[in-house]
Order: sequence, then structure tokens, then C-alpha cells
Amino acid sequence: MATKEIKRYKSKPFDCWKLAKEIRANHYREIAESRTEGGKKLLIGGGTESMIGLPAGLGDYVFFGGEPYSASFSAGSPQGAVECMEATESYGLARDLCSYFRNYVGSLLLNKYYFGGPFPKADFYLQTHFCDTHGKWYQLVSEMVGVPYFSTDLVPYRWDETEEGKKQKLEFLSGQLLDAIEWMEKTTGREYQDELLIEAVKNEMRSTSLWAQCAQLNQNIPAAMDEKSMYSFYILAVLMRHKPEVVRFYEILLDEMKDRVANQIAAVPTERFRLLHDSQPPWYALHIFRYLEKFGVACVGANYEYGLSGGWDYKEGEYLRPAKPLQDQGWPLKTREDACRALAYWWLEYHVLARGIRFSGPGKNNLVMKEIKDWNCDGLMIHLNRGCEGLATGQMEIRLALTEAGIPVMTYEGNVGDPREFDEPRTLARIDAFMESVGLDMIED
Amino acid sequence: MITAGIDMGAKTIKVVILKDGQIIGRGNVFSGFETRESAEEALRLALDEAGLTLKDIQTIYATGAGRKEAPHAVNDITEVGADARGIFNLFPKVRTLIDVGAEEGRGIKCSAEGKVIDFVVNEKCAAGAGSFTESMARALEVSLEDFGKISLTSNKEIPMNAQCAVFAESEVVSLIHAKTPKADIAKSVHDAIASRIISMVRRVGIDQEVALIGGVAYNVGFVDALKRGLESDVIIPENPEYIGALGAALAAAENTN
Repeated sequence: MATKEIKRYKSKPFDCWKLAKEIRANHYREIAESRTEGGKKLLIGGGTESMIGLPAGLGDYVFFGGEPYSASFSAGSPQGAVECMEATESYGLARDLCSYFRNYVGSLLLNKYYFGGPFPKADFYLQTHFCDTHGKWYQLVSEMVGVPYFSTDLVPYRWDETEEGKKQKLEFLSGQLLDAIEWMEKTTGREYQDELLIEAVKNEMRSTSLWAQCAQLNQNIPAAMDEKSMYSFYILAVLMRHKPEVVRFYEILLDEMKDRVANQIAAVPTERFRLLHDSQPPWYALHIFRYLEKFGVACVGANYEYGLSGGWDYKEGEYLRPAKPLQDQGWPLKTREDACRALAYWWLEYHVLARGIRFSGPGKNNLVMKEIKDWNCDGLMIHLNRGCEGLATGQMEIRLALTEAGIPVMTYEGNVGDPREFDEPRTLARIDAFMESVGLDMIED
Repeated sequence: MITAGIDMGAKTIKVVILKDGQIIGRGNVFSGFETRESAEEALRLALDEAGLTLKDIQTIYATGAGRKEAPHAVNDITEVGADARGIFNLFPKVRTLIDVGAEEGRGIKCSAEGKVIDFVVNEKCAAGAGSFTESMARALEVSLEDFGKISLTSNKEIPMNAQCAVFAESEVVSLIHAKTPKADIAKSVHDAIASRIISMVRRVGIDQEVALIGGVAYNVGFVDALKRGLESDVIIPENPEYIGALGAALAAAENTN
């Protein structure tokens, strides 16, 4: 629990942080360049919690994921994000819809790409029904742009899923992935190369497993990664987990994490209280995490950035650990069918965040309690996030379960992408009151 | 030892002066636009009542929404912490504290030692705050004092939208046009506000004893609705709007050598 002594750890920025930024910047540049005159690269749009690697068999392409794009926009240009939201609302869409969706559609309507130039319109859209918004988002966008659209249905395992239920859901999803490939072949006229898909699927599993290993190392006291650094790192799995350069990046990061842990290099030099965060952050106000650090509080992670791209092997009451890539578990990966089955299994079995979006109650509460325990957290900070209904599922139940277990919880209201729904002075006042209640004064003013 | 607490509230600034743990002076002034000047005025009123000058005060702490702007304060504590300290000083058996001020409603769970275990605040919503009652009283064209009193003369149950002050006001207008008696509307409004507050406080759990502080504690209609909603009695200290300032003054005393 919280300690009052102020011990100072060694601290330094991550060596690989610049590389992460470079990889991300290159990705967004690639998207823009695919639309320039003479650009031959296929541009595929959709949600990143989706089949971003499935088109690998088509050859040269880049996947333009909507959610991280919207997050970047909100973080980098809150006023610009508001303009996008207003454009979406003027178009006739409700203000209480997912703010990632509103930001993206607004960008399209204004023909404004956050990274410069006109908004890149995809050749087609591909989507998994990761959440209820995703179920309609890219359908609407494909109609607006006038290009084809294909979606698959994703039914996550329940917390208490039966073996028969798992079998049915796996068959359902892997069958749809095969259908998606056939559809892409017909839509593009390109020949699909199965070996490229197999490579992409292996990379996806490797990347997400490596990121989970990095996240697991943050259980160490002091935490080597702070919340803001984590956002720069997790995003690569979200954007491009199927690519070899992302696998390579996470190998580099893992080495650096091991070194930091071995040498007690802290993200927050005055770490004396550890918080787990719940839900996405308010992207335009990430400085609230720096504010926490003034009290010696390290926000050591969240189910969100740890688990958004899957890769966790979870058995309630027993373990939460990085999943082993299926190629390392002896799964056959020789054919298109093998690859689709492996990908479907990887998502269903190891994507605990996807389960939490659909199913709350004791199952989700227990997962959060496990995270609190394993990451040596003293409390939980819940973003009551009006911009994402999925991640808001069951938050107040979690709050109740934790407070009944004697774990301090603070909540603050906001919106992942819409700055209009966030009251910074009040949020900082909440933090002040919470810090007071757990006996922490500000160390630095 | 003489200390003072300044509660820089959204609508009013309250000052309490303590001498060896006893209240010897109070001041209350509208915050207005020039909050520092208003705070000086509130302090002056409290000093006059106590028969002291500023130099006699050893330590001043501030609390409230504008606490960082308080003149003469050497430190500040949050409203949640100040409220808990203040009520513990007067009624140490209180375990659930409800504070309804002009702009905020708060629910605070207190330990037997007077520490804050958990708290909840109505965030942007005005439907659980004093400004909501004022706007409803204006809609009915009655004074705030009468607004509470007339509600006690009604025994009707008229459901009202408890979620949003704007929607509730339009409902009041509709009820007026339907010739609904003012007393019934007033009761309905108080029931809605109390319901909003109670559901918020339930997030931290309601344990006896329950206390109510803040300016809205003077509203007899709201107090009646709160008691009915909680199905229990509620402790209301004397001068309930000063409890935050009292807590700040106590914090100042605790930290003064």
C-alpha cells in the first residue's frame, strides 16, 4: 500500500521512444502517399480492432485504422477535433455517439487529414464488429465514400464460456475470415497469396505477445513505463501488429524494459503510490498523468493499452500472463485455413479486453482485481468515459467491488475524444481530493 | 491558538475563526467577480465579530472551488477534506456526509476517525446543486425561502425529470401552464433534487449517521424530501454553510506548532 517516505529512483527517457515515433509517423505518411497520383498501394480502411493483417495476401497495402487516427487528432489538435465533431453533428449524427467515430467522420466530411493534406479515402473498408459502434461506422463511411464494405461478426467468449460455446464461436469467426478473403479477391481482382497471410498472422501473434511481456514487466516496483510512454508504445501493435518492423520494435522495447527493471530505472522517480487506470485516457488532456506524478503517483497501466490488441492468457483465479504465440505452441500454420483459424483463436482466447466490452459483472471485476494485485497497485483511477460505451461497460460495478475490497478508487468524468466533455479544473480538484484521502501531499508544485 | 478557514465557494465566501477549537467569528459574502476582495470582506466581518485583527490569526487555510486564490492563506485543502474535518469536529458519529452547495453536491463517506474513505461529486450536472433550486424558485416566481415552505403543504407525487436542470425547468413551465398548484410543483422539484442527490450518495454507500451541510440545508422542502428519500433522519448542524470553512480552520490548527 501507499508509503509516505519519498524515495527517489533513477529515471531516464526510453531510448527506443524516438524509434516508436518514427514508425508511427512513417505509417501515417504511407497512408497519405497511397492516395497521391501514381500511388499504387492499396488503402484499406477499418477499425484496428479488426482484420488489419487479413489483407496481407493481397500484396502491397496499408491499413488506415480509424480509432488511433481519431486519438491522434484529439491529442494533437483538440480544437481541430472539436471542428470534426461539429461537422459530424451538423451532418445529422448524434453527439452521444462514439467520439472516435465522430472525429473520423468529421475528418472525412471536412476532407482534412490530421497529418496533412486531404482525407485519405480507402479503396474498400473491412471491419470486425468489435463493438456496437464499429458495427455501423465503416458501413456508413463506405456509403459516404462510395466503395465496397465487408464486415465480420465477432462474438467474444463470455467470462464463463463453455467448451461448446468456444468451439462454435471459433468456427463462426474463422469461417467469416475465409469469406472475407474470398470477398477481397473478388473486389480487388488481385490474386491472394496465402504465405503472406501466414507471415502476417505469425507477426500479429508475436507482436501482441511481446507487448504483453513488456506490460507484464511494469509490475516491477518501480514501474519502468509511465502512462504517457505506454501510449507511444502500445499504438504500434494497434496500427501494425502484423508487420515485421513492429515485431522488431517490441523486441527492442522488451530488452530495454528488462534493462530498466534490472537497474531499477523508474518512469516516475518519486514513485510511492501506484494507480491502475481504467478506460481510454482523455487524449487531449494527457497532462493529468503528469499532474499525478507531482504527488509521487505512477500510473502503471491500464487494461486498455495493455490489452487493446489482445495477447493475454487469462484464467480466472489463476493467472494473467502474456499468451504464447500459436506458432510456439505447435499449431499448424501451413494453409490459409490454418492462418484464419489461428487468428480467430488468438482473438477469441487471448483478447480479454474484447470480453470486457461485452460482458461486465463478476468476471470483469475479477480481472481488474487481478490486475490491481499483479501490478502492485494501491488504487484505481476510472475515466467515466462518455466517448466509448464499450469500455464504460461495468465501470461502476468495478468501482463498487474494489471499494468493498478496501481498494481506493477515484472517478473522473470526460470523453476519450471530445474535449467539450472534459472539465480540467474539476478533474484536477478530484485528483487533489483523492490524494488527500489517501494521505499524499504534493511533492512538487 | 487562533486560526481561520476561508471557504472560497462558487457563490459565497465563508470565513470561520477558531480560538482554541471554539468558533469566535464568522463572515459570509457573495463571491462576485472579484473573489479576493470578497474574501477580504468576509475575513473582515469574521474578525469584527471576533474582536480581532488579521495579525492575531496565526494560520489561515483555504478550501472551496477558488481556494488557490484565497488571500492570506498559507495552505489549502480540498472541500472534501474540509467538510469531513468540520463535521467530525461537531458530530463525530457521522459516517455519511452530504454537502449541497451552489454549484456542487458531494457525498462523503467518513471513518470513525473522521477520515475520508470515499467520495462522490456531481460533475457537470447542476440538478443536484443549489443553483438548480434557485432557478426553479424563479420559475415559480417565489422567494427561495417560500419555495421550500410551500412544498411542505403538498402531498402530491408528480414525477419529474431528475436528470437535467434544463429539462426540469421546461417541465415546470408545462406544469404551470397546466394550472398545477405551486406547492405541488415545488414538492416535485424538491423530490427530484433529493432523488438525484441520494442516488449519487449511494455510490459511496449510506451508513448512519447521515448529516447534511451546505447552503441548501436551509431549504426545509429539500430537507423533508431528503429524509423521505433516505427513510431516515438527517443531522443538520447549526450554520451548515460554514462547515467547510470550519474544516479548513481546524486543518490550520492541526498544522500550526
